[in-house]
Amino acid sequence: MGENKIIELKNIAVSFDGEPVLKNLDLSISDGEFVTLLGPSGCGKTTTLRIIGGFVEPDEGDVFFDGKRVNDLPAHKRTVNTIFQRYALFPHLNVYENVAFGMRVQKKPNDEIKETVARMLKLVNLVGFEKRSVSTLSGGQQQRVAIARALANNPRVLLLDEPLAALDLKLRKDMQTELKNIQKSLGISFIYVTHDQEEALSMSDTVVVMNNGEIQQIGTPQDIYNEPKNAFVADFIGESNILDGVMIQDYLVEFFGRQFSCLDAGFEPNEPVDVVIRPEDIDIVEPVKGTLTGKVTNVTFKGVHYETIVDFKGFKWLIQTTDYYPVGSVIGIVLNPEDIHIMKKSEYSGMFGDYSSYSEEFDELGDPEAGLAEDAGEGEE
Amino acid sequence: MKTLSKIYNGIIFTFLYAPIVVLIVYSFNDSKNRVQWGGFTLDWYRDLFSNELILESLAVTLQIAVLAAIISTVIGTMAAVGIFNMNGRLRRAMESLNNIPMVNPEIVTGISMMLMFVAIYRATGLLQPGFATLLIAHITFCIPYVVLQVMPKLRQMNKHMYEAALDLGCTPFAAFFKVVLPEIMPGVITGALMAFTMSLDDFVISYFNSGSTAQNLSVTIYSMTKKPVTPEVNALSTLMFGSVLILLVIVNARQVRDLKKQKERR
Repeated sequence: MGENKIIELKNIAVSFDGEPVLKNLDLSISDGEFVTLLGPSGCGKTTTLRIIGGFVEPDEGDVFFDGKRVNDLPAHKRTVNTIFQRYALFPHLNVYENVAFGMRVQKKPNDEIKETVARMLKLVNLVGFEKRSVSTLSGGQQQRVAIARALANNPRVLLLDEPLAALDLKLRKDMQTELKNIQKSLGISFIYVTHDQEEALSMSDTVVVMNNGEIQQIGTPQDIYNEPKNAFVADFIGESNILDGVMIQDYLVEFFGRQFSCLDAGFEPNEPVDVVIRPEDIDIVEPVKGTLTGKVTNVTFKGVHYETIVDFKGFKWLIQTTDYYPVGSVIGIVLNPEDIHIMKKSEYSGMFGDYSSYSEEFDELGDPEAGLAEDAGEGEE
Repeated sequence: MKTLSKIYNGIIFTFLYAPIVVLIVYSFNDSKNRVQWGGFTLDWYRDLFSNELILESLAVTLQIAVLAAIISTVIGTMAAVGIFNMNGRLRRAMESLNNIPMVNPEIVTGISMMLMFVAIYRATGLLQPGFATLLIAHITFCIPYVVLQVMPKLRQMNKHMYEAALDLGCTPFAAFFKVVLPEIMPGVITGALMAFTMSLDDFVISYFNSGSTAQNLSVTIYSMTKKPVTPEVNALSTLMFGSVLILLVIVNARQVRDLKKQKERR
C-alpha cells in the first residue's frame, strides 16, 4: 500500500432538500488501499461514494484526485469506475458488449478490446459466457459482469456500492473473498460501501464508520473493534455491553460500585466515561469467585456459543459462552484489565449497550432493509 | 349472474359495433338505395380509387400522419425524459399538465388552435391555414400520447443505468443514445404508432385547422356527406376503420409482449 494519497475529501458538506446528509467530512484514501465506508442506512456513505464518482456535487468542500481539485470534473471524465447497487448492466447488450462498453466509448482498437474482455472474463470466472444475454444470468453472475465491466476500463479506484447486498449468504461470502483477491492482484484502491459490519471487518485495510452524515471513527478493522471511539461504534461493530463508569485515575476505573484496573489512560481524574465490555471477553466462574454476580434471564443457542443474558443489579449484560447455564442460575464473572475498554462520553452515551430489551428478532429486523431504504432515500436527490 | 353479465356484455358490444357492421355490409351493396340489398359488388371501392379528391386527401392524410408521428415522437420522448428527471412536485405538475390535452374536448383544442393560427397569420402573414397548420395541430395533440407511452419505460429502467454509462466514459448525450434510448425503445415505438393512429383518426381538430388547400380524409368524408351520400363514403369509412383497427391491434400486441418480457426478467 503506497503512502501516496490518491483521493482526498476536504470539509465536504451536502444537503438534499434542506436536510443535511454530510457534515464536514474529511477523508483521504491511499493508492492500493481497501477502504470500507460502514454505517446504517441514511448515514451518508452512499452519498460520499457518489461524490467521489462525480454523481453528486458537494455544497461545500473540495474533492482532490492526485492532489488536483476535481469538483467540476464530470463523472465521465473521472478515472474511477463504479459497481452500482443491483449492477445496472445494459440489458440490450450481451456479456461481451457489456464488458467492452467502456473501451468502445474510448474507441479502442478491436484487438485490444477482445484481449481485455477475455482477460476480464477470466478474472471473474465467466469464460464462455461472452454471447449470453445478461438477463439470463443469475445474480452472482451479473455481479461478476459488473465487476468485469468496471475493471475493463483500467480504473485507479473502484467504487463499490453495496455490491453484495442482493446475493444470498453463501454466495456473498465467496464473493467477499474473490473481491479481496481481485483487489490484491490488481493493486488498485477499492472504496466499498456496506452496512454489513462483518463484511467490513473481513475485507478492509481501513474501515470508516459513519453515522448521521459524520465520520465516527477511521481505523483498521482491529482498531475499530478493539478500541471503539464511542458508544455508537462499539454497538454497531459487534456486540457490546456499555456501562456508565468513572475514571478514578489512569489505569483504574469504577463501575457498579467497584474498582477495576484497565489499560486505558489519559482521562481527567474522576471523569465520567463509557465502559465497553465485549460479550466474548467475559469469563464465567462460580459465584463465590466472581467479582460480580448475576442471574441468568435468557439463553439462546447460536451454534458456536450460547448467548446468555445475565442480570447484574438490574442492568442486563450479554455474555457469549460455550458453556450452558440454565435460566435462573446464579453465576459470577471475572474481568481482566484487557477485557475493559474505556471511551470518552459522547452524544451516543446511554443510547446503546443495554440488553434489557434483548430479543432474538431484534437484530434481524434492524438490518436487511437498510440497503433498500438507503437506495430509495438517497436516490431522490 | 354469469349469464346476466354475458347478456349485458353482448348488448354493449352490439350497440358499439352494429352500426359499423351495417356500414361495412353496405359498402359491398350493389344498389344506390341505402335500405335495399342489391347483391355483392366491389364497385364502390373501384370508384373510390378513381376519385381524385379522395386520393388527394388520402395522400394528405398519410403525409400528415407520418410526419406528425415522427415529429411528435421526437418531441414527446425528449419531453418525457425531461419531465422524468424533474424532482417530486414539479414532475407531478408536469405529468398532470401533459394529461390535460387528452381529456380536453377536441373541439376546444381545435378552435383554440385555429384562433391562434389566424392571429399569427394576421400579425405576420405566416402560417396560412393549410398543410402546415394541419401538421402543427396534429403534432400538438399527439405529443401527450407519446409522453404517456415513454414515461413508464423510464420508470421501469434501473435508475443507475444512465450513471453507469457516464461512469464508463460516455458523455451525457452518448449515454442517452447508447443506453437509455435502447431501453425505452419499446415505449417510443408504441408511442409513434399511437400518434400515427390518432392522426389518421382525427376529424374535429383537422376540421378547424385544415383550410381549403389541404384536407385529410375525415374532413373530405364529412364534406361528401353534405351532398347526397353515395356508398363510396361507406367504402372509404370501412377502409379507415380497418386500418385503424389493425394499428390498434399492433399497439396492443406490443404492450402484451412487453409485459411478458418484463415478467420473464424478474
